[in-house]
Amino acid sequence: MKTSSFTAIALCTALLVAGTTSALVTNDYFFSASYTVLQFVVLATAWNILGGFTGYVNFGSAAFFALGAYSSIVLDKLFEAPITLSILSGTAVAALVGLGMGYLTLRLRGVFFAIATLAFAEVLFTFVVNWDYVGGARGAYVVLQGRPPLGFRSFVQFLFAIMALMAAGAVAIARFVQTSTLGLGLAAIRDDEVAAECSGVPTLRLKLVSTTVSGGLMGMAGATFPYFLSYVEPHGVFSLSYAVNSIAMPLIGGMYDWAGPVIGALLLGGLQQVLQVNVSADWNLFLVGALLVVFVTIAPHGIMGWTFRRGRRARPT
Amino acid sequence: MASSLRIDGLRAGYGSVRVIHDLSLRVGEGETVALLGTNGNGKSTLMHCIMGVVRPGAGRIVAKLDGIEHDLAGKAPHQIVQLGIALVPEGRHLFPRLTVDENLLLGAHRSDARRRIAENLELCFETFPALAQRRDQLAGSMSGGEQQMLALARALMTAPRILLVDEPSVGLSPLLVAQVIAKIEELKRRFGLTVLMAEQNLAQAIRIADRGYVIVHGRIEFEGASREELAKNDLVKRLYLGL
Repeated sequence: MKTSSFTAIALCTALLVAGTTSALVTNDYFFSASYTVLQFVVLATAWNILGGFTGYVNFGSAAFFALGAYSSIVLDKLFEAPITLSILSGTAVAALVGLGMGYLTLRLRGVFFAIATLAFAEVLFTFVVNWDYVGGARGAYVVLQGRPPLGFRSFVQFLFAIMALMAAGAVAIARFVQTSTLGLGLAAIRDDEVAAECSGVPTLRLKLVSTTVSGGLMGMAGATFPYFLSYVEPHGVFSLSYAVNSIAMPLIGGMYDWAGPVIGALLLGGLQQVLQVNVSADWNLFLVGALLVVFVTIAPHGIMGWTFRRGRRARPT
Repeated sequence: MASSLRIDGLRAGYGSVRVIHDLSLRVGEGETVALLGTNGNGKSTLMHCIMGVVRPGAGRIVAKLDGIEHDLAGKAPHQIVQLGIALVPEGRHLFPRLTVDENLLLGAHRSDARRRIAENLELCFETFPALAQRRDQLAGSMSGGEQQMLALARALMTAPRILLVDEPSVGLSPLLVAQVIAKIEELKRRFGLTVLMAEQNLAQAIRIADRGYVIVHGRIEFEGASREELAKNDLVKRLYLGL
C-alpha cells in the first residue's frame, strides 16, 4: 500500500473513531482512559523509530514528553496560545532537542548511549525543577476555558479526538520511515553499523533524522498533556513510567515493524487502564515488569515476531 | 579506467595505542596486491583507515581515479564509497536480519550505483548464481561460504573501482576459501577492478596476487615485487611456517 493511501486511511479511521465515540459514549472516563492509551501509542511508535528501527535504546522518553508539555506551558503563560500552536511548538522543540542530543550522543553505542539518554533526562528534570517561570517543583496550571471547540461535549472528548489524529499521524510516519530507503538504511545501522558505513550509508545523517523524528513525535504526545490534566508537575511528567512503557510496549508488540508498538501500546496501555481502576495504580509497573520478563524469554521479537516468525522478516505489504 | 591507491607515512591507532607506524604502500592500476600478515598486525585497521572508519593520526591516503587525485584522510566513509572504493569487511559483516535482496540494495546506497540498481542486481546474480535462488532468505541464515559471496556481491553493488577485501578466508573451509579467492580474481578481471586484499592464508592469496606486502606490527617489513618473491621470502617463511 502506498504511503499516501495508508496515511489517508489512518487519519480517516482516527476521525471516524473520534466521531462515533463522541456521539455514542457519554462517560468522560472512557475518553480519559482512551486518551492515555493513544498517548502511549504515539510514545511507543516514536521510541521505536530510534529504538526498534535504528537499534539505539533511548531511556529518556520522559524528557522528550516533558519538553512537549513544558513548551505548551510556556506558550500558555506567554499568551495563552491556541492548542494547535502548542502542539506544533512542542513537536518542534522536542525535535530540535532530539537533533542536538543525537549530535552529542550518537558516537556512543549500545548501553553507553542508553546511559547518556537517561542522564539527559535527569539534567532536564533538574533544570525544570529549578525554573521558576514554569512553576519549578510546584508545577503549573493550564486551564482550558470557555466551551469545547468543534461542538464537542467536553474538553476531554476534544483532546481524545486530537490524540487519535496524532496517533494516526505518528503511525503513518513510522510506516513511511520503515518502508522507505531511509528505513532500509536504519535497519542496516541496527544490524551492523560498520558494514552500513562501508556500504555507503550516511550513518550519522540517518541517525540524526531518526533522533529528530523520534524526539519530535514524543514532544507532540506531551504537548497536549497539560491541557489534559490541567496541572503539571515535574515528577509526574518526568516519571520513569513513560520511559519504561515506551520501551516495554514496542518490545511486547515487536520492534522491527511499525505495527509492533501499536499492538503493544493498545494491549499494555489498555491493560494498565483496567488494572488501575480495578486493582491499584501501583500494580502498573509491576505488571509491565512481569510482562517484559515473559516476553523476553518466550517471544523476544514480540507479538509481531511471534506471528511472522521462522526466517522471514515481518513486514507489511 | 585508471584507478590506483597510494598510502604515505600512515599512522593510526585507537586512543593511545598505536597500531600502524609510518606505513606506505601502493596499489597500481589494475593490480591485485596482497597484504599478508597474521592476526593483530594492523591489516584491518589499515582497511578501516582507507574507508574512513578509523581516522589516521598522520599520513596521506590518496586514491587516483580517472586522473583525479582524492585525499581520503578526513572524508566520511559514505563519501569514500561514493568515490568508488568498497570494502568487503573481515567476518563479512552482513546485515543478518535483512534479506539477500535488501543486503544488496544497501550496497547500492551510492547515488551513482542507485541509478543502475536493476542492471547491477542482474550482474550480481549472474556472477553469483547461488544468490539468485535465495533472494528472500535472511542473510544470517545462510552458510559461511554463501555469506562471503553475498559480502562480495554487496560490495559489487556500489559499482566500485577499487575493491578492498579484508580476510576473505576467515571461517571458511579450505575448499570454500579457494572458491572465494577464485571469485575475487574473476570479479577483478570482469569489472577491471584494482584490488587490495588483506589475508593470512599465504598459499591462497599468492594464487591471485600480482605482488604483495608483509605487514608486521603495523609496519611493512617486506615488499615482494612478484608472487615468486613473496613465496620465497625468508620473512614470509618465518612468519607462516615458523622456520
